Parts: sequence; structure tokens; C-alpha cells
Amino acid sequence: MIELVSRDRCVSCDICVKVCPTQVFDPGLDGVPVIARQEDCQTCFMCEAYCPADALYVAPDADHPVQVEESALIAAGKLGKYRASLGWGTGRVSTAQQDDSYRILALSERLAPKKAAAASHPSAPA
Amino acid sequence: MPPPSAFDASPAPRPGNEADALQLDADVLVLGGGPAGTWAAISAAAGGARVILADKGWCGASGATAPSGTGVWYVPPQPELREEARASRESLGGFLSERLWMDRVLDRTYANMAQIAEWGYPFPVDEEGKQARRSLQGPEYMRLMRRQVIAAGVRILDHSPALELLSDDHGVAGAAGIERRSGRRWRVKANAVVIATGGCAFLSKALGCDVLTGDGGLMAAEVGADFSGMEFSNAYGISPAFASVTKTAFYRYATFYHGDGRVLEGAGSAKGRSIIARTLLSEPVFAQLDQAHEGLRESLRKSQPNFFLPFDKAGIDPLTQRFPVTMRLEGTVRGTGGIRLANAECATGVPGLYAAGDAATRELICGGFTGGGSHNAAWAMSSGYWAGGGAAAHARSLGASAATRTPKGAGRAALRSAGGERTLDHHAVVKAVQDEVFPYDRNLFRSTAKLNDSLGRLDQVWQQVQDHPADTVRDLVRGREAAAMTATARWMYTTARERRETRGMHKHEDFHDQDPSQRRRLVTSGIDVISVRAESGSGPVQAPAQLAGAAP
Repeated sequence: MIELVSRDRCVSCDICVKVCPTQVFDPGLDGVPVIARQEDCQTCFMCEAYCPADALYVAPDADHPVQVEESALIAAGKLGKYRASLGWGTGRVSTAQQDDSYRILALSERLAPKKAAAASHPSAPA
Repeated sequence: MPPPSAFDASPAPRPGNEADALQLDADVLVLGGGPAGTWAAISAAAGGARVILADKGWCGASGATAPSGTGVWYVPPQPELREEARASRESLGGFLSERLWMDRVLDRTYANMAQIAEWGYPFPVDEEGKQARRSLQGPEYMRLMRRQVIAAGVRILDHSPALELLSDDHGVAGAAGIERRSGRRWRVKANAVVIATGGCAFLSKALGCDVLTGDGGLMAAEVGADFSGMEFSNAYGISPAFASVTKTAFYRYATFYHGDGRVLEGAGSAKGRSIIARTLLSEPVFAQLDQAHEGLRESLRKSQPNFFLPFDKAGIDPLTQRFPVTMRLEGTVRGTGGIRLANAECATGVPGLYAAGDAATRELICGGFTGGGSHNAAWAMSSGYWAGGGAAAHARSLGASAATRTPKGAGRAALRSAGGERTLDHHAVVKAVQDEVFPYDRNLFRSTAKLNDSLGRLDQVWQQVQDHPADTVRDLVRGREAAAMTATARWMYTTARERRETRGMHKHEDFHDQDPSQRRRLVTSGIDVISVRAESGSGPVQAPAQLAGAAP
């Protein structure tokens, strides 16, 4: 669940308020968005992907809030990691073009030959 | 503490109080902004329609696809490849799919993926220098789709859940809902509506699925639409026990373990999922992706950044370390049941109402077993494309603008009280429904006794959602979601009770085998009183003449 809006990093663009599909954030009076409905967070990480300042941290725990320490997260390089892995942000290139799914699919098809197809001919008993 | 937003605190205007509502009209209104909804909106606009798209969340981030990554059922038009693709899932699906529909979806998907490439999606390039179009990265795909929807001239209403359809003597005529942040009601009159609100995952926190609460199904049922395949609604995705990322496909490389390190024999992500579920009933289960050989590991990471995200954050290497797993209900999102389709344009049989994506039945291509994300992705872009085109044509055929119509709201449960004093407690309703549909030994392993038992309680829950809707915007939306989940659960179990066999994903403890005499789809109707009938003939949805004439 969402655990952190970094006051140091936030640029008050309110993009997280806008893109969150479950309305977890409210605009803050001082410009820094507030986590207003943490229990509605579905841990989809979309806010992290869209945050241009890498100011957000969504903990991996989907069911329970956890304590996080901003300095520790920064030291571990955990802020902005998802956005980087998508290749989103100025100067980056979308990693969609490195998507290796086709290789994985081809490999799994070679490993599992056409057994399934043969067994499922329409004339097979229903 | 910040001041509470309107969403939490402001009284929700009652239905019918439309003085302050945002009043709009369009030719086509699309409900839902995931893959199916965005394709529908673009297709309707291409058909010359004025289109509005309303999403409960934010079109581009909302739904199961955006935070994920998905394979696509993309098969080049070579006869032997197509034959293999059609045949590969027929047996798993219990022979309830239709080859005509598979062909149409394969053709449409092939064309739509070319369109996506033309729009600039950065497909990877294979060894032969050709684009590999067999998968889509969710965030990139849906960001692109939002841009294309806007470029097509479609007006988007974000954070604007629809609460009910509008209808008059000519059929469906739009929808009404609420803008969550401001609390402002909206009311869009339209000559055709496409329901693309996704399936129902019962707030299980499966990745991206908490906006998928079956709302469109309830709205469609309230104007008389039928459902098909609602017994095939018990898909569970494997995820780390602590996390939301239900990416079951990668668990094909997993070995599953007991807590003491012994291998859990027979467990697997495909056929062996039942063993995992049965074991989870009494003890934790652990997994490690230790079957992924060295050459594959980097490919896994590159193909699904989101899969590794919770592990990286938790400091676990899933390839070399064991981690606890769970199975989260994906319900009808990964099931195949949904709104029944009446023809090749994805019309529902209710004039002016169309359905696409996971809101609609996917039995036509998958039968009774999920084809996985790849089939759903192909279905979403194909059915969305057809539904949008069909809706635009319908709107055109009516001639007069929807602005001249005077429709009424068709919503009932959790919107308009049936009387009495009590206020709806949506938390209690959601919990009660989850208690019936989450447990593996109820929903995954079914029996007549357990289904009767659950339905008895769900009938009582259905009475609860007739209470007065609560006063705030948030509670109103949540109450309506709770009603939709209750209705979905009742359709699921009522239909499951009528399939007295094991077929597709429907596993029946009283009837372990597939029964050849029950090889037909089941059609479910009604809300307060639910009825189930066998679809007559082998394929009434085929409408062969229409299919032959329709563009692929």
C-alpha cells in the first residue's frame, strides 16, 4: 500500500491525485498531496509510475500498512525504481521494446509440443 | 489533518435531484476506460459518433491491464498456426467455445495490433528484425490508448463511476453517475451505451482489480440483459502472500514447497493449482522460481517489470529464495462468464446496450476455462472494436439526437430504498459476500450442499442492499459496488448449482466428471429472482448470417 509522499521531493503537480484509480490521495493544503484513504489503495503502483519526482513509495504489502523510513528507502534506491524499470521519464526509453515475452512464449511452446492440440480436436468426446 | 474532501463528507444528491448535475448528450456512451472501453470509444468515433467515455478511476491507470503486462492471443493468418491456436484451448474450456468467434477474434486482434504499432507502440524487434507483437506492457499500452481516445475526439469523464443506466421505450438511453471528488452528479443521454466495466474480483486486491466490482453487470441486468457462463467465475491468481501481483504465468517456473522445505508434490500453476489451494486451507505454501534456467532469468525480468517489483521492494529474489504464496480471487475477471451477447456486434439483446471485454462472456472463445491474459486481451480489443462500431451504427439508425429523449434511471439496489428505516452498511455487505466467494473450499471446490448454503446467506445479503443508501458520495459508490458484488455472487452460485458436472474451471465435488449431455452454455437472468436455462441449440450466439456479413 501507499506509504510515503516525500515532502522533499514532491513538486505539487497533483498527478498522483489524478491518476490513482481508487482515489487514495487528496490535494494537500500546502500543495503536497495527502494519503487520505490508504485502505482503498490496491497496490497497483500506478502512482509511482506516473510521479515525475519519484516522490512516492508503495510498499509491496497489499493487505497491511507498514512503517517506512524515507532516508532508508532513498539509500536503498527504492524511490522511483518502478518508473525507471518502465523506462518512463525524461531521457529514458520505454522498456516495452525490450519486452522478451515473445522469447519466453516461443520457448515454452517448444517445451510443450502439440500434445494439447491433438487431444482437443473437436471430435474428441465432450 | 486536511479537511475531508467532498468524496468523504458531502451528502450525495439523491437520484432524481438533477438540478446541479452535469448534463451531457452523445451518440455513444462508453462505460469503462480499460482496453475494451478505449477500443470501443475509438471505434465508435471512427464510425462517426459523438462519444463520451466515463471511467470509475482514471482512464489509462484504471483496471486490470494498466498495472500489468499481458500476452496477446496474436496469431499470424497461416492456416496451420490458426488451427493450432483454435484447438489448443478447446478441451480445457469444455468444448463450449465457437470456432467462428475464435476466427473473428484472431483476425480482429491481428489487425488491431497492427493499428497499435502504427500508433507508435514500441514493440520489441525479434532476431529477424520483425516486430514481436505477442504481448503488451500494461502501463505503456494504456497510456497510448488514452492518447488515442483523446485524439479521436472522445470526451473522457475520469473518476466518474456510473451508478445506473437510463432507459425509455426505445431501450437504453444513457447513464447517470457521480464525479467522486466533487460529488457532482452526471447524466449523459446517449442513443447507445457500451458496458466495458470489466469483470468482478470482489475487492480481493488482485493486481488492478479493486475497481472491478461487477457494476456494469448489475446495470445491464436492471434493464433486462442476460448472462452466460456465470458458473465459470472462480479463477484464482497466484501471488506472493504479502503482495498484489497476481501473475500466475510465471509460476510455471516455480517449485512449490511445504513450510519444512519438502516439495509439494503435484503442485503447479496450471493443472496443479487445486493442490496449492487445498494445501493452503491448512498450512502455508511457499514457492521459488527455481525452474527458470539461467538463460531465461533476464528475459523474465525484462518481460514483466511489475512481477519483480514487490520482490525487489521486499528484498526477496524469487529465483533463488522461497517466499509464501496465496491465491487471490480473480472472479469473472479471469473467469469467462459475463453479459450474454446476442450478435456479432456485441449487442446484448436490450436495444441500445452493448457489452465488451471482461464485462461480457468470453465463453465464445474460451469456453469454461480462462484462456489466460492473452485471450482476454485479444477479446477486449476485438469485442471493444465491434461493440463501439455496433453502438455507433445503432445510434445512427435512431436518427434523432439522444438530447430529445426523456429517459428514467433504471437502477434500484443501493440507489433507491425499497422502504424501511435502515441505512445500508456496505462494509458488512462486502465482508459477507467475500466470506462466500473467497474460500477455496466453497468457490473453487464446489458442491450442491455448499452452494445452497451460500445462496441462502447471499439471499439475505441481497435484502440488506435494499436498505437506504448512505449519505456521502463515497458510501453511495461503495454501496452500489457492494450491491453489484452481491448480485454477481448470486448469479455465479445459482448458475453453478445448475451445472451438475465438472467442466472447465467449474469443479463439482458431487460430480467429478464432464457429462457429455451437459455440453451447452447456461444462461442466467433476473436480479431479485434468478433463473437459469440451457442455451437452446449448439450456438445461438453464432448468428451465422450476420457473422458472415460482418467485417472480421
